[in-house]
Amino acid sequence: MLWYVLRRLAYVLPILLGVSIVCFSLLHLAPGDPLTAVMPEFASDQVIEQIKRSYGFDKPVPVQYLLWLLNVLSGDLGLSQVANRPVLDEIVPAMVNTFQLAAFGIGLSLLGGIGLGLLAGYTRRLVTDRAITTTAIIGVSVPHYWVGLVLIAILAVTLGLLPAMGKAPPSPGFGLNDIRHMILPGVTLALIPTGIIARSVRATVIDVRKQEFVQTLQANGLPPRRTFLHVIKNASPTVLAIIGIQLGHLVGGSILVETVFAWPGTGYLLNNAIAYRDIPVLQGTILVLATFFVMLNFLVDLAQPFLDPRMTRQ
Amino acid sequence: MASLRDRESLAAVSPEPASSDFTGVIDGTLQRRTLLKMMAVGAGALAWPAGMAYGQSGEKVLRIAMTLSDIPVTTGQASGGAEGGRFINRSIYDALLTWDLSQADKPSGLLPNLATSWSVDPKNRNRWTFKLRNDVKFHDGSQFTAHDVLWNFEKSMNPNAAHYDRLQARNAANWLVSVKSAKAVDDFTLEVTTKRPNGTLLYELVNIFYSSPRQWKKLGGDWTKFAFEPSGTGPYKLVQLVPRNRAELVRNADYWNKSMVPQHDRMVLRPMPDANTRVSALLSGQVDLVEALPPDAVPTVKGAGMQVTTNVYPHIWPYMVSHLKSSPFSDIRIRKAANLAIDRENLVKFLGGLAVPAQGMVTPDHPWFGNPTFKVKYDPDGARKLMAEAGYSKSNPVNVNVTMSAAGSGQMQPLPMNEFIQENFRDVGINMSLSTVDWEALRSRRFAGAEGDLNKGVDAINYSWSIQYPVFGLIGQTYHSENRVKGYNWGHFSDAKADQLARNALDAFETKEQNKRLGELHSYLVDNAVWVWVVHDMNPRGLAAHVKGFIQAQSWFQDFTRIRIEK
Repeated sequence: MLWYVLRRLAYVLPILLGVSIVCFSLLHLAPGDPLTAVMPEFASDQVIEQIKRSYGFDKPVPVQYLLWLLNVLSGDLGLSQVANRPVLDEIVPAMVNTFQLAAFGIGLSLLGGIGLGLLAGYTRRLVTDRAITTTAIIGVSVPHYWVGLVLIAILAVTLGLLPAMGKAPPSPGFGLNDIRHMILPGVTLALIPTGIIARSVRATVIDVRKQEFVQTLQANGLPPRRTFLHVIKNASPTVLAIIGIQLGHLVGGSILVETVFAWPGTGYLLNNAIAYRDIPVLQGTILVLATFFVMLNFLVDLAQPFLDPRMTRQ
Repeated sequence: MASLRDRESLAAVSPEPASSDFTGVIDGTLQRRTLLKMMAVGAGALAWPAGMAYGQSGEKVLRIAMTLSDIPVTTGQASGGAEGGRFINRSIYDALLTWDLSQADKPSGLLPNLATSWSVDPKNRNRWTFKLRNDVKFHDGSQFTAHDVLWNFEKSMNPNAAHYDRLQARNAANWLVSVKSAKAVDDFTLEVTTKRPNGTLLYELVNIFYSSPRQWKKLGGDWTKFAFEPSGTGPYKLVQLVPRNRAELVRNADYWNKSMVPQHDRMVLRPMPDANTRVSALLSGQVDLVEALPPDAVPTVKGAGMQVTTNVYPHIWPYMVSHLKSSPFSDIRIRKAANLAIDRENLVKFLGGLAVPAQGMVTPDHPWFGNPTFKVKYDPDGARKLMAEAGYSKSNPVNVNVTMSAAGSGQMQPLPMNEFIQENFRDVGINMSLSTVDWEALRSRRFAGAEGDLNKGVDAINYSWSIQYPVFGLIGQTYHSENRVKGYNWGHFSDAKADQLARNALDAFETKEQNKRLGELHSYLVDNAVWVWVVHDMNPRGLAAHVKGFIQAQSWFQDFTRIRIEK
């Protein structure tokens, strides 16, 4: 097991280093001058040089990268060029908001995806299966921000049942009003993962159910409910891996969904940083999200052997 | 061990057995009833009117959807351009002067504010004296004096001052560019010295706002903390700031200008960059006023019994053209032909009537319009004649490259508008190629000037502009002999007479004479077809039916204090 953990960890570190280099380099290769957003139009050449120096843009790019990496490792992601707030102070509340939405979305996806996937897997080639499979494909294929707009038009504008956008006003605790504001963006975000999970669960259940041990259990007269538990147990590692990836996507935030719903999460933060060329925020957010995504998959990799001990033997 | 890619594709490769026996998993009837009950209770609880969060104690709340994606910086010199000035600077803070936003039927002029009067030393026209009000208090209760003005100048001008703030310095830089020094003659008399005579100084100082030094010190000299607990002298006090989510401001009942004490209790600002989101928020009752209503939403908003307000304001949607020899636009005949080729009336119809055909930088009723001899209008025959004189025709067109953005502040609907004009140009022998960059990249190109590396091969940029200030709108566009600002005079227009007219305008210290000289400058710019002018935006706003008393002034700024919420 220890060897397994070390091996997974050995994969993680170069990935993280690669992520840091890629996100740093891409930002400097992007069109437009990173100083535009911070430079007054009447600034003299002397002032421009002063501001360049204060942001460290006068140094060679590799030196800028190393300095940035050292600061990052000490927990300093710099200051937002636009808001003058520490980048970490920008990212943390945005991540909390996205986490809330992601938790809500993944909850809906798990309920919907696993439920529908099981139903489809057990009713293969029947009308139910066809209907669920078709719905799942539509769920994955339809642009979710468009679905978001349709949901807003029906449930918020026409029926007036739910808020059209935004997060609830800050209040102590987490109340009903917070949930109301999460429903439309949460449902919109959940569409794609629900479809993917449903299709994966269906395929895995079908795969497991054709295996000899299931047929043996059925031949020995085990009740369907008990057989079902065995199927679930054997299908769970694959499903867990897919859920891990989907959770990673949701936590990464959706720029489109968060913009459509003006939800102040990481996707919205990234969109804002791109629009205003706020390079420290852009770098910090991408790095934190990528690290989170990599670590989440690392944890999923660690969790899988507990469900299927054969994995450590491979 | 399955790789990430393997895991993602597992579902696709699984073979399917042939059987179906889904039984015993869900006990249907009971579960369904319970579920339905739960859903009914849940739906009832969740279907809580959108406005319940406010107004439960009879509080009158004005909720506004801005187009920005974040709350502008709240320390005193807001970010976010005119929108930051409109919602943050003018709400929390005051300037020495203010705009007259009380009327909709004429362009806004300047009024006294923290300064009651001012004068220029006739012997030294660089020296201005301002008499300040003695009855103004910051939100922290401290008295506003001339010393506070100096402290605020320093925060933006003196990098060695303890309270120097790089961000505010950046936001204030364009408005303090002509100030050389300042001193407090006494508590309520301020003396400002400019670098050279500048009759337009008042238009610059109207954008400098004053934060409380006492509050800054109380918060440990930390501008980041100050942003969350600011203290200005304005009609609202900030009580809550949640970045990218909301700013809540309450009425400053002790505001010194009693005619501008807000007529509602609270103003909530929500950043909503997506136009559809703003419309949905208005229609669903989540906000009461939305900025920049998209033209296609106007019938829906009106159909829902809501109000749409519009007015012309000092905005122009133009092509800033290159006057470099390498550009076809260096030929005045082609510049004039381009101005005559555009069917502005039909373009306005395409925009739902929410624009005004341009005849120059400003509208003909503006005091700076003057009396140009070249009439900017739709005259395709005249355009073809000019193009023929320049050696071009529809079958032998001149090629011009234009850079535009897909969206951006004041850019209206750049893609369809440019495509419309592309057709107009083609009809007279101008073959316009469009390349699209994002807004910040376009800003970079503007700052670089036509001669910059970023603009190689570019003959014009489509960049909306504000004409609210003389230097920003007219003088900076033409001034070349002294300190040309590339971003203002993008096209490198260099003309001795234009420079002299600009200097004349800067040398005028009396409003009427200044307007006359600005009119002369404007006439000269139009006669030389310095730009290609297209339309002025009408800036549609959507208001809920219960929003009363709003007057949409001809300005980038608005007075929200007079709004009443009548529910």
